[in-house]
Amino acid sequence: MSAQQVNRRGFLQVGASGIGGLLLGFYLPERSKLAAQALDTATATAPVTVNAWIHIAPDDTITFMIHKVEMGQGTVTSLSQLLAEELDCDWGKFRTEFPPIDKAFGFQGVVGSQSIRTSWEPLRRAGATARYMLVEAAARQWGVDASQCRGEHGFVVNTANNSKLSYGKLAGAAASLPVPANVALKDPKQFRFIGKSLKRLDTPNKVTGRTQFGIDIRRPGMVYAAVARCPVFGGKATGFDATKAKAFPGVKQVVQVPSGVAVVADNTWSAIQGSRLLEIQWNYGPNAAQSSAAIGKLFAERARKPGVEAMKTGDAAKGLANAAKRIEAVYQAPFLAHATMEPMNCTADVRADSCDVWASMQMQTLAHGAAAAASGLPMDKVHIHSEFMGGGFGRRGMTDFVSEAVEVSKAIGAPVKVTWSREDDMRHDNYRPAAYSRFVAGLDADGWPVAWTNRIVSPSITNSSGQPPLNGIDRTSTEGSQDIEYTIPDKLVDYHWTEVGIPVTYWRSVGYTQNTFFVESFLDEVALAGGKDPVALRRHLLGKSPRLLGVLELAAKQAGWGTRLPAGRFRGVAVVNNVGSYNAQIAEVSIDAGKVRVHRVVCAVDCGHVVNPAIVDQQIRSAIVYGLTAALKGEITIDKGRVQQANFDSYDMLRINEAPVVEVYIVPSTENPGGIGEAGVPAIAPAVCNAVFAATGKRIRRLPIRAADLV
Amino acid sequence: MASVRFNLNGKPQNADVVPGMPLLWYLRDSLGMTGTKFGCGMALCGACTVHVDGQAVRSCVTQVASLGGKSVTTIEGLSAGGTHPVQAAWIEADVPQCGYCQSGQIMAAAALLAKKAQPTDADIDEVMRGNICRCGTYQDIRHAIHRAAEIQAAGGKA
Repeated sequence: MSAQQVNRRGFLQVGASGIGGLLLGFYLPERSKLAAQALDTATATAPVTVNAWIHIAPDDTITFMIHKVEMGQGTVTSLSQLLAEELDCDWGKFRTEFPPIDKAFGFQGVVGSQSIRTSWEPLRRAGATARYMLVEAAARQWGVDASQCRGEHGFVVNTANNSKLSYGKLAGAAASLPVPANVALKDPKQFRFIGKSLKRLDTPNKVTGRTQFGIDIRRPGMVYAAVARCPVFGGKATGFDATKAKAFPGVKQVVQVPSGVAVVADNTWSAIQGSRLLEIQWNYGPNAAQSSAAIGKLFAERARKPGVEAMKTGDAAKGLANAAKRIEAVYQAPFLAHATMEPMNCTADVRADSCDVWASMQMQTLAHGAAAAASGLPMDKVHIHSEFMGGGFGRRGMTDFVSEAVEVSKAIGAPVKVTWSREDDMRHDNYRPAAYSRFVAGLDADGWPVAWTNRIVSPSITNSSGQPPLNGIDRTSTEGSQDIEYTIPDKLVDYHWTEVGIPVTYWRSVGYTQNTFFVESFLDEVALAGGKDPVALRRHLLGKSPRLLGVLELAAKQAGWGTRLPAGRFRGVAVVNNVGSYNAQIAEVSIDAGKVRVHRVVCAVDCGHVVNPAIVDQQIRSAIVYGLTAALKGEITIDKGRVQQANFDSYDMLRINEAPVVEVYIVPSTENPGGIGEAGVPAIAPAVCNAVFAATGKRIRRLPIRAADLV
Repeated sequence: MASVRFNLNGKPQNADVVPGMPLLWYLRDSLGMTGTKFGCGMALCGACTVHVDGQAVRSCVTQVASLGGKSVTTIEGLSAGGTHPVQAAWIEADVPQCGYCQSGQIMAAAALLAKKAQPTDADIDEVMRGNICRCGTYQDIRHAIHRAAEIQAAGGKA
């Protein structure tokens, strides 16, 4: 298939495709921070083109080819439900494939919990359009009016006499019909796929080991490589001695590439072992003395002076001056690694006139550009093959692992799989930025907040990916603070963009991960200072935010806020509005031998119209474990310009024995869908820390929670 | 090169490997059996779990040279067509998200059930705490292990 321009309605019919049946192409828009950035440079002027297809085969199989690759978030299933709903097909005949990647298709990737939001209408319209054409084809065959025919479970039924023709049998005829405009969509009351907890399409292959992830790719003649990279960010190899590496059994070759020194072997293990035996001379560059202590000091210094204004309502200085009571606090969050279970890897095959890349990646369009640049070949000679991802969390939006594999293949003239060891993956990540946050709040005589200022200091994610913040503001650094929905008359949020030589990037739920922890914890301090119950204070401030108030009330009810708990257990609450959704979490904790134990988390979520409730439930529970891991354990520290953690012994993950029971309550809604993959991450850390305060009287102002901070 | 004979998923296997080669990489790179996953290389995450003589072991730190005369079972050999009670329960509960750690989770759970037909929550914690899931499917894993115990008790019928 090749990309072709779609018509104004966003559809393209490609009937005579040589594979038979009906092939209908359509365009799914992608709007997000990262996408907008890439579009600016890559495809802003490109015409709207096809980036997804439905193929209905003569054997009734329906294949949905979509570039929104699965990384666990369930999009392959939930997006299929949107299409199947209007198509009225047989779910058992439904399958998905990841299509080829081409710049002409527009931006391709999965980021920002965007998939359902951007596909909600276009995918249903695509399904309805295909069904309309199948019905029309049947009506012509029967010589009846289309109005007496309808699509049903993969057949067109003639309602006059109950005769049936399967979609597969009609597909060829349907392909010769014109694509209709503005086909009506179903009334949501008729939905039989949307809103149902259909089984995930990807489960069967994931319990038998058959799912092919990027790391599982094998190509004829392929060799294996591991790369030794400079331990200090920004450093370069100036020379190396490969004698010991080359003597290791299985090692075939050692070559220098821009990112370091690659050891090529006939198996992955020999390559990794060989890379550890290299003796490399490094020029460590400008970051060789950087440390977490120095970064913390720099952040604190910068926070003394005003930053660039990110949000302002009223007059915060005046509000604070007139307040009956003032409180202030400083909060801090560390760098965090993504630690996807599948370490970074990429397979590349660079030839004189072609470059093929196989990888698990979130941003295929960026990967395509990176592979073209590294190979020196034009975009149309570079072929990107998307595989299932063993986790993404934002890390796989980077393209460093793609460029590097292309460089290695180019250097050795053979197909090669570059696998990062866990240590490589952890020490050469691009991290969730460390951040420093200073608050001052003013309360009136009744104890209600009337003024609120928040100064944020952190590196910029957009700068790290080549887009310096416009006017010094990077919204990914201030989101979760500048957009809080609490009604406080005088508010000011300002920001100090502060680079410290550590590469940073998107990390599941981005700026909210730290700012929601800061805001929701400090709001509990405000409640205490004003003599208010934490839920009562939030209720008071959320009068103009019905959806956030709604989840707060539902969570409070389901958690039994205000009721007695067993001895030694305490509750904390936090709310957040992010990725177009709203959720409130109430955590129940106890403190046992200096350790925080989270027993139960109640989460109420309003994510608009729900496509698959079971997947929403899964994603919330997943996000809570992800956020809790960071709150209890997550910290990347820097010394001498290098990351001090290396594997799961020094950067551990939450385990099954530490995981809380999570109860998810979904608010029924007919609003357009919100995002869900990232929605649940931000609120868990402040909910837990607020519960820790209830338990101990100790306010956790820096993460992760340390035993020393509990006494 | 050293030659080692062992049983792999019910068939004899004669492995010629470089000294020190872990089973994980022999399976993945030499045999192309990629169901067993690489996660940490240090027995810290459980993604590479397989059975050796019925015991769950981390294949990333198990040398091929140590396997002489033993029986190795991987996810590919756990059952025909994904019908082991643990797999059946996993499908029923839709446990996997990204799915990368799930071969290891399933192998660890299957070894637990072979030893303990009705594991308690404490038994599950003790064994399964060795297997990391970054998607946080722990609640579903616990539920599915209890369900697998029921399926196993009913003679493998879901």
